[in-house]
Amino acid sequence: MKQELLGKTLKELQEIVGELGLPKFTAKQIADWLYKKDIQSIDEMSNLSKKARQLLNEQFEIGYVAPVKVQTSVDGTKKYLYPTATDKFIEAAYIPDKDRATLCVSSQIGCKMGCLFCMTAKQGFQGQLSTGQIINQIKSLPEFEKLTNIVYMGMGEPFDNIEGVMKSTEILTSDYGFGWSPKRITVSTIGIIPAMRTFLANSKCHLAISLHTPFDEERKEIMPIQNVYPISEIIDELRSYEFTQHRRVSFEYIMFKGINDSSKHVKELARLLNGLNCRINLIRFHPIPGTPLEGTSIEKMEQFRDQLISKGIMTTIRKSRGEDIFAACGLLSTKELLKKQEGDH
Amino acid sequence: MDYNIDGLAPVVITNKIEITERVFIYQFKRAFNFEAGQVIGISVFDNTDEKMPRMYSIASGNNDELVSILFNVKETGWLTPLLAKKEVGDTIYITAPSGNFLDNNESAFWIATGTGIAPFHSMLQSGSSGQKTLIHGARKLDSFYFEDSFLNVNHLSYIRCCSQEEGNSIYFGRLTQYLKEYNNLPHDQKYYLCGVPEMVVEVRDILIDKGVPYQQIVAEIYF
Repeated sequence: MKQELLGKTLKELQEIVGELGLPKFTAKQIADWLYKKDIQSIDEMSNLSKKARQLLNEQFEIGYVAPVKVQTSVDGTKKYLYPTATDKFIEAAYIPDKDRATLCVSSQIGCKMGCLFCMTAKQGFQGQLSTGQIINQIKSLPEFEKLTNIVYMGMGEPFDNIEGVMKSTEILTSDYGFGWSPKRITVSTIGIIPAMRTFLANSKCHLAISLHTPFDEERKEIMPIQNVYPISEIIDELRSYEFTQHRRVSFEYIMFKGINDSSKHVKELARLLNGLNCRINLIRFHPIPGTPLEGTSIEKMEQFRDQLISKGIMTTIRKSRGEDIFAACGLLSTKELLKKQEGDH
Repeated sequence: MDYNIDGLAPVVITNKIEITERVFIYQFKRAFNFEAGQVIGISVFDNTDEKMPRMYSIASGNNDELVSILFNVKETGWLTPLLAKKEVGDTIYITAPSGNFLDNNESAFWIATGTGIAPFHSMLQSGSSGQKTLIHGARKLDSFYFEDSFLNVNHLSYIRCCSQEEGNSIYFGRLTQYLKEYNNLPHDQKYYLCGVPEMVVEVRDILIDKGVPYQQIVAEIYF
């Protein structure tokens, strides 16, 4: 089976050309073809020698994989389905909004984190995505040229695949790669502290933390990760870093009726985040089958937002997008597809 | 313990026991305190530049001289194939213990599959009190790790569910099926779950479906 070139960093490409006995500059030429141009085969890398292309062809392929399915929401959101070589599926959500177009990418197939409110958790974990599979969601998107932002908020916990996430953000932001500003990229995490340290030390991309309640015991009940990395320790860790407009930290807060939407929560959030330059995004809960949780009403969410703002915390309510095609926050899942495929075989 | 800048400290393996095919207990001298149910990060490297340590529940009691770690070799993982090559006298690297998956010392259900039994073994060896019901799931009869420790304990009801082999006094079927058939699960006790994410999520759904408040469910996930 041939290896994919897509997703290789410049250093990795240099190692490859070194092993093939090709000139070092060939690595930069390959990166140009992979990340700045639009080709379908190694043979189209016209500034490479015939011998170089032949050697590459023997062991490698580009690695582009087109989506096999797209669903379009009434609000214009599109959910793309990419197949993998192991008969699994990756979902990515394209979210156009006025002058912005955001792609929500996946970092894993399924997820190990087991959050009570998340549909992806219900499918368990089927595997890590390679750097190439992460980059492919972006590069093979029909709307690639329109993209303004990337958020790592699709299936999986990005910091449980820190290697793939770090390499893919390097490719997205490097001169040899897509050359994007890191300000256009946000990586969202549940708060795996060691990986978060690596990210903060080596990346300038924005960070989003899934917070959902400031109280330890409550967070344990809805997010098992709290048993390992308590939110208070995550916040303490964040205090060692500087956050500005250039690199923001934000907190995702899904609102559950009667659970995390009281004045007591506002007070504790203000205490917990005191002195940290951050913002909170309030998110409407999208119910999943069998959940014991309910969403907070929009009126109550607005009150909660206003209370947080009055405490000096920049707070917004995130628009819910793609709910009708199960592309909204917490709804991505390929469990049914996997089941169907198992049944077909 | 002297932890380096990446939060790792060296320990020397004193015992290596293969309890069943490709499932190991490694032991090393305890030079730190911990609470039963806590985890430590393990790596074969002294830094986190390339690879992050993986978290493992401590399987031994908190007063034992040796710390025990239970793991099975995942051929597709980066750590366990390398870890399995280590021998007695070799050095591995650990992080400080952490985590809040702790025994409440009251009546509770412990539910585990595979190596997810480790924190419950630690709790038992550390003098856990309160009436416990341990439901342990495995595919094969030789995969009820530490079963000798759990048998004949006064305050522990030990239920083994084996999905692929039949055995004496062992429920033949999946742990999730056993739970579905279990009538009158108490709603006022804690349910501690530890195992692979699929098991944790499925068991949690079953418990909620049977009327157990989600607040009573404490889950430890493997990642």
